[in-house]
Amino acid sequence: MRRTMGVAVASAAVVLVAGCGGGGPQSGGDQKLTGDKIVLGVLNDQSGAYSELSGKNSVAAVELAIADFTAKYGDKAVTRDITVETADHQNKPDVANSKAQEMYDRKGVDLILDVPTSSAALKVADVAKEKKKLYFNIGAATTDLTGKSCNKYTFHYAYDTYMLANGTGKTTTEQIGKNWYILYPNYAFGQDMEKSFSSAITAAGGTVVGKDGAPFPNTSGDFSTFLLKAPNLDPKPNVLGTMQAGAELVNVVKQYNEFKLREKGVGLAVGLMFLTDIHSLTPAALAGTTYTDAWYWNFDAKNREFADRFQQKAGTRPTFAHAANYSAALQYLEAVQAAGTDDADAVVKGLEGKTVEDVFLRNGKIRAEDHRVVHDAYLAQVKPQAEVTEPWDYVKVLKTIPAAEAFRAPSADCKL
Amino acid sequence: MSGFAQNTFNGLVSGAFYALLALGLAVIFGMLRVVNFAHGAFYMLGAFGAYVLLTEAGVPFWAALVIMPVGLGLLGMALERAVIHRLTRLDPLYNFLLTFGLTLILQDLVKLRYGVQSSPYETPSLLSGSVNFGLFDFPTYRVFILGFAVLLCVAVWWVLTRTRIGMVVRASTERPDLTRAFGIDVGRWVTPVFGFGIGLAGLAGVLAAPMRAVNPLMGADLIIVVFAVVVIGGLGSIFGSVAAGFGIGLVQAWGEAYLSAFPIVSQTIVFVVMAGVLLWRPAGLFGREEAPA
Repeated sequence: MRRTMGVAVASAAVVLVAGCGGGGPQSGGDQKLTGDKIVLGVLNDQSGAYSELSGKNSVAAVELAIADFTAKYGDKAVTRDITVETADHQNKPDVANSKAQEMYDRKGVDLILDVPTSSAALKVADVAKEKKKLYFNIGAATTDLTGKSCNKYTFHYAYDTYMLANGTGKTTTEQIGKNWYILYPNYAFGQDMEKSFSSAITAAGGTVVGKDGAPFPNTSGDFSTFLLKAPNLDPKPNVLGTMQAGAELVNVVKQYNEFKLREKGVGLAVGLMFLTDIHSLTPAALAGTTYTDAWYWNFDAKNREFADRFQQKAGTRPTFAHAANYSAALQYLEAVQAAGTDDADAVVKGLEGKTVEDVFLRNGKIRAEDHRVVHDAYLAQVKPQAEVTEPWDYVKVLKTIPAAEAFRAPSADCKL
Repeated sequence: MSGFAQNTFNGLVSGAFYALLALGLAVIFGMLRVVNFAHGAFYMLGAFGAYVLLTEAGVPFWAALVIMPVGLGLLGMALERAVIHRLTRLDPLYNFLLTFGLTLILQDLVKLRYGVQSSPYETPSLLSGSVNFGLFDFPTYRVFILGFAVLLCVAVWWVLTRTRIGMVVRASTERPDLTRAFGIDVGRWVTPVFGFGIGLAGLAGVLAAPMRAVNPLMGADLIIVVFAVVVIGGLGSIFGSVAAGFGIGLVQAWGEAYLSAFPIVSQTIVFVVMAGVLLWRPAGLFGREEAPA
């Protein structure tokens, strides 16, 4: 008897609390938000190598999220005063560190978004931990964010090296070719990628016939030594996996075509590639290349609708980083709305274990164990020029990699 | 064997770019005592100019190969008249800073208009095939670059050693004061020589467009190696800069091919060679010890 009473009271309490949360500020009482407003901080590269795949257009994506949130909740929104702060971290860890501190301490930022470049991303994770403020990383690839450097306030939203290697390495080995030659830039990111790819390839029954670390930065811009070596290895590789990014990727692909490796039976798989890279290389140069994409704008009607709105605002089609920034900002605002407060601990509690479905996150889940946000990923292949029917529509999705398989299991190194 | 030949060939192609850029730097340094840090930016402008000409005016590669070096040469001459010559009497550091500043301005102007993503540039169709050398196939475009660069270097060498203009330039490069004392107007040659050096950088840029990533920072990475090349060859030595350019291209290619187990070695080999040369011959392989003026 007493026990049923207890359950009844508890359920009533739960209903009440839930009611309060949903009711927004009116029922939530006063001063639930610091300064009565929400400030989102976009910290990324706005002038260098990553400024086009994310950069200022990610700020536009976050503004879209704010507009959508305000339109959805109207007067019931936790606040109408939501602003964006933005800064250029120039891909330098020390700059990222000081800008992040400035954002949290002086600009009143509640959430920092994006932060490409792994070394900079890890610095910001430390700042978030120290200041006990939220941080959704989108632009960086290192699995350390959900490994040994994970913390309670940091979430890794879009992709990581495991996702890229597992998607491309496994599926390409199964469907395109078993013998790989891996070319990677010889620094932390490249070495990580090479290891992840090698283990994914071996696990899928393939062989890494050869691998080489190219100088980084490659000042001569020349990769021909490696490209010439590939077709002469024994056994002959049928896939060249390049882990180069940005301008170096452009150099590798140009020279891959120059030496006609595709005609010699060596296909191309790319570790990390953004829509903007395909645009600058042209689909003709990349036709047939496979890679793993976290999101593609022309995948379905829902993505396309978002891409159209984004284009109106930013003048170009969104990369997956843009869509992820939009989604991350939106999910944060939803979490604040649900919690009725921007108190970081309360918001984290609401986010952990939550399943999410939006334009970017398909079958999304915010893992409580390591704060990895898992979602469907896509094995993509660049279309031949003849099949490109409109600007920026460069890719066909070969396969959807289910959320559960796309990311690694929570790492034992992570202690939140 | 065919592998070695291919790597050697590739090294020479990389070396061709170094040689063209180093040659320009060497004549400019010789004549003006200016270490032109903006050289990489002009190389970038050459490549970008070719891209803009093609996409916005439909001007093909072959025309760009003439238009860009001439246009950039004229721009270089204007710059020399407008700013650089005002600082040549001061410590060389002033012009070093000035040209460094120019580099940043030029890079950012291009960035502002075209962004940081690399721009596509197709290999001209005439050169898109490959040539069979018996032992191996080689892309026609690379063969063209190598041939073109060698011809150009020989032509420059011929002009410098066999013509009167060349004699004056060489004399003014080696001993400006003495040349002046012979009644030769050294100052008259300064601006054209600067323009010529810049034109060479622009030409290298156009040549690079089909095979390298065309973006605002493409020169910034390359120029560091080119400075090393110039130092190895001997500052201001024209023959030295060309020889060192091809030599460094070879060393890099062989390093990458045969020391691939140690990527760190192929990454630093240029600078190791530079340090070695400086210890052994501080004036560079073909340079002359500076005599007090």
